[in-house]
Amino acid sequence: MTDFSIIGKSIAMVDAAGKTTGSGKYADDLTAPGMLVGKILHSPYPHARIKRIDTSRAEKLDGVVTVVVGKDAPNPYGILPVGHDEYALALDKVRYVGDNVACVAAVDEFTAEKALELIDVEYEVLPAYFDPEDAMKAETNLIHDNKPNNIEKDYHHVFGDPDKGFAEADQIAEARFIANEVTHAAMEPHATLAAFEIDPQTGNPGRLIVQSSTQVPYYLQHKLSLVLEMQMSQIRVIKPLVGGGFGGKSEVIPLEIIAAIAARKAKAPVKITYTREEVFWAHRGRPRTIVDLKTGVRNDGSITAVKARVIQDGGAYCSYGVVTILYSGALLGALYDIPNIQYDGYRVLTNKPVCGAMRGHGTVNVRFAFETQLDELAAAIGMDPAEIRQHNLLKPPCVTVNGLRVQSYGLPECIEKVVERSGWKQRKGKMPKGRGLGVACSHYVSGAANSIIRSDMPHSTVNIKIDRDGGVVVYTGASDIGQGSDTMVAQITAETLGCTIARVRVISADTDLTPIDIGSYSSRVTFMNGNATLRAAQDVKKQIALAAARKMGCEVEELIFRDDIVSRKSGASQESRGDGHRLSSLAEPGSSSPSVSGRVEGQILRGSLQQKRKDEGPKDQLSFEEAVVAAIDFHGALSGTGSYAPPPDARGGKHKGAGVGPSPAYSYSAQIAEVSVDEETGEVTVHKVWASHDCGRALNPVSVEGQIIGSVWMGMGQALTEEMVWKDGMLMNPGLLEYRSPSSVESPEVEAIIVESIDPEGPFGAKECSEGSLAATIPAISNAIYDAVGVRLHESPFTPERVLSALRAKKQFKHINLTEGVDPTSPATFREHGGSLWFRGKGPERHPLDPSRRETPAIAAGDD
Amino acid sequence: MKKELVELKVNGRSHEIAIEPSKLLLDALRQDLDLTGSKRGCDDSSCGACTVQVDGIPMLSCTMLAASCEGQEITTVEGVSEHGSLAAIQKAYGDWGGSQCGYCTPGFMMTVRHLLAQNPNPTEAEIRNGLSSNLCRCTGYSQMYQAIKAAIERSRREWC
Repeated sequence: MTDFSIIGKSIAMVDAAGKTTGSGKYADDLTAPGMLVGKILHSPYPHARIKRIDTSRAEKLDGVVTVVVGKDAPNPYGILPVGHDEYALALDKVRYVGDNVACVAAVDEFTAEKALELIDVEYEVLPAYFDPEDAMKAETNLIHDNKPNNIEKDYHHVFGDPDKGFAEADQIAEARFIANEVTHAAMEPHATLAAFEIDPQTGNPGRLIVQSSTQVPYYLQHKLSLVLEMQMSQIRVIKPLVGGGFGGKSEVIPLEIIAAIAARKAKAPVKITYTREEVFWAHRGRPRTIVDLKTGVRNDGSITAVKARVIQDGGAYCSYGVVTILYSGALLGALYDIPNIQYDGYRVLTNKPVCGAMRGHGTVNVRFAFETQLDELAAAIGMDPAEIRQHNLLKPPCVTVNGLRVQSYGLPECIEKVVERSGWKQRKGKMPKGRGLGVACSHYVSGAANSIIRSDMPHSTVNIKIDRDGGVVVYTGASDIGQGSDTMVAQITAETLGCTIARVRVISADTDLTPIDIGSYSSRVTFMNGNATLRAAQDVKKQIALAAARKMGCEVEELIFRDDIVSRKSGASQESRGDGHRLSSLAEPGSSSPSVSGRVEGQILRGSLQQKRKDEGPKDQLSFEEAVVAAIDFHGALSGTGSYAPPPDARGGKHKGAGVGPSPAYSYSAQIAEVSVDEETGEVTVHKVWASHDCGRALNPVSVEGQIIGSVWMGMGQALTEEMVWKDGMLMNPGLLEYRSPSSVESPEVEAIIVESIDPEGPFGAKECSEGSLAATIPAISNAIYDAVGVRLHESPFTPERVLSALRAKKQFKHINLTEGVDPTSPATFREHGGSLWFRGKGPERHPLDPSRRETPAIAAGDD
Repeated sequence: MKKELVELKVNGRSHEIAIEPSKLLLDALRQDLDLTGSKRGCDDSSCGACTVQVDGIPMLSCTMLAASCEGQEITTVEGVSEHGSLAAIQKAYGDWGGSQCGYCTPGFMMTVRHLLAQNPNPTEAEIRNGLSSNLCRCTGYSQMYQAIKAAIERSRREWC
């Protein structure tokens, strides 16, 4: 049935009014009586041993309540069970500029900041590693003693027979691609408010209540329990509104733990809010990635083999690193039919802020390399770039060579749609000089089929409660971070129960109230939490249907739930259909207020009892409230529960590392970008992007389009301007303007095209729509630049200097190596690019043996 | 630092508050008046999330001293809704996806309100330029343009 009353309709998010009026509360908007402000002391050195910390002067300052240091909470933690290498505050070593050393809790921000200056820390500076390829050669002064060669993790996968594949190829391309580091830069800086409740039995501090800007309350509860040595049941994590995550809030960020330990020691609520600069240090963004890629194709366009060697500059701690490096390899599969794949992935530690999960986790940089190389190969064999992609499609249902199960597959239609809408066939190659079109595709998981914490528990559970007032309350652990998951849950519930959305109230992401859900990351929420919601609603509906059928003297199967009316399929259906349509038009968004019953609970109760007493003949239809009351009369309070765990056959192969990449469903995207390049300045302008995305079914089209446009836009940012620039391990551009987040004048028109492949396992056929589109944008732009001016860019972002340098190289002008300045190993030629708020002059003191100092002994000597 | 009494007129109401002369307008609004709608997204006037109107002009409250606004009419996002209902632009931002995570939305409300007061019928290019003082990381701005056009359309219909 495709005739839905709420699914597939564009509606405003259920929390939209709170956002547009300013009444919605984010973590930093919260206060508590007696609340203190926490400020963190960060390391000025990229790699140093802490010899001594003296906090006594700071503690004596008027207004300072307490100072916490590493030994106040010495248990290690980390988001992955294999990566427990972080401490709330450094114990013996700091590993990046910005690492956490101490925290002051004081009566106000001013006092806390003043106290930070009074903390004396004695460091022994160690040589630091800033480039992953250097770091991999290191024998001594390792960043973590148990990680030889500073390699966090390496994987070596071979699927099929790559050597045979390359032997069969007619054309082989081989090149190095570099994608520089980017970060989420969500508009809301991280904030956490932690407070202890007094236990009435013991009279001492008992339960811990943490309100935090997190994508995964459950993981935060888990890590707090590890570090604070408290039972999980004694910790309540509440997620207020979250001002964007993009992966940056999908793991436990130091301030979340630090606020809790500060609150414990200060015996008062403590709130910590990061400054923007601290947000950049907290980072967990997309690592700088070096991709050595080799691809072979036959003259007919068939891809015969792919070989990728990927090095990720992961920063100082593990974070999601092991998962990131696995995604980079695993998602070479499941987009095209590639029979032979060799993958060597290295996740490397360096003395820089920690990289983690960011929108399109692990797939984006490798996709940039692959789609650019595929374009080169298409040119080499004289094939249209869109056609070569159409030539290598999978034939689902299938399992790829690396063990990924693919069912719904809207990629063919995605490519067709963008080719048609952009006028590709008519316009490609016939555009004026300096203007061009480029195509690329991408895909992403609709939730990881395997949880990072191995267990048999369902990935999502949802409870629904309906009381006599006919109000439906849904309890879900899904974390709305602005993507609209609360709205998705409300829509699925209302559609399934046949009630208006105004009846549905969603309580989400509060570990005391909502069942465990593994959170908002890997684009899992619509698919997994949506399925759990669907099952919970069906559970309740079954109970209502039994009572309604008895009341109406018919079979359960004959009932239709729609628009607040329970009616019978046959007989009275004509009448009720008409009624239903009228109600449905009333419930349309924007037309008027939602239908209101106008009856109070007592009247319904009386009505239903009278009904029983009179023992009238069966009714043709019941209102939703009548049906609910009938069910409550029969069964008592109405509640239902539903959960979701991915099916075993979607959980991937058996090889080491096979756990990452499998998903119950994949989303697909095809994009065409139109750009122009100024050959004098090297400036690239993106005029328009046509982006089609297979999201299974668009539950809320306006939201789906918003997610597609947002992904494309973020991809464009990475393609053209966004880049973290380093100097001796110090971030040179920790501000939104210096980081160059695009503003409205730099943002192109994006035509979002929704493709619906109706997934057999998704809720109402839905899959993910928030991440899959990002990866295609970068290669679509690089391919369009080639179409415009004939140069291939292998390093992102495609800044004017990189484009200009490529153009000059093509014209065989004298080579000017403008990009050298961003190479972390050549700090002598760094460019003044914005600048840290506290960076002045030549940069901080560094160890003389630091690789970054090799070529500048004079400066190094001067430093010491 | 010693506090001083300052009288701020915010959303049509006068408030007498004791604040340090160094206190920023954003902090005074958020901490002393509990008007937390205006957000802090950066610390250096780059994002626009803290935009308020001072005598009708959009200003970045994160780099303005509260004490310097005495005697001026300050309007925050809390003063945008009309008689307890959403203003046309607020409703349109909800309906058209102009707001996702919503953290930048209060700032955009103030900027757009000013834009439409100056130019009730802006072209798309004028809207783009008008919004360039504020950053958003979710929407890519496109759905904001649709929302703004829808709001203009709606106010026009209401006037006729």
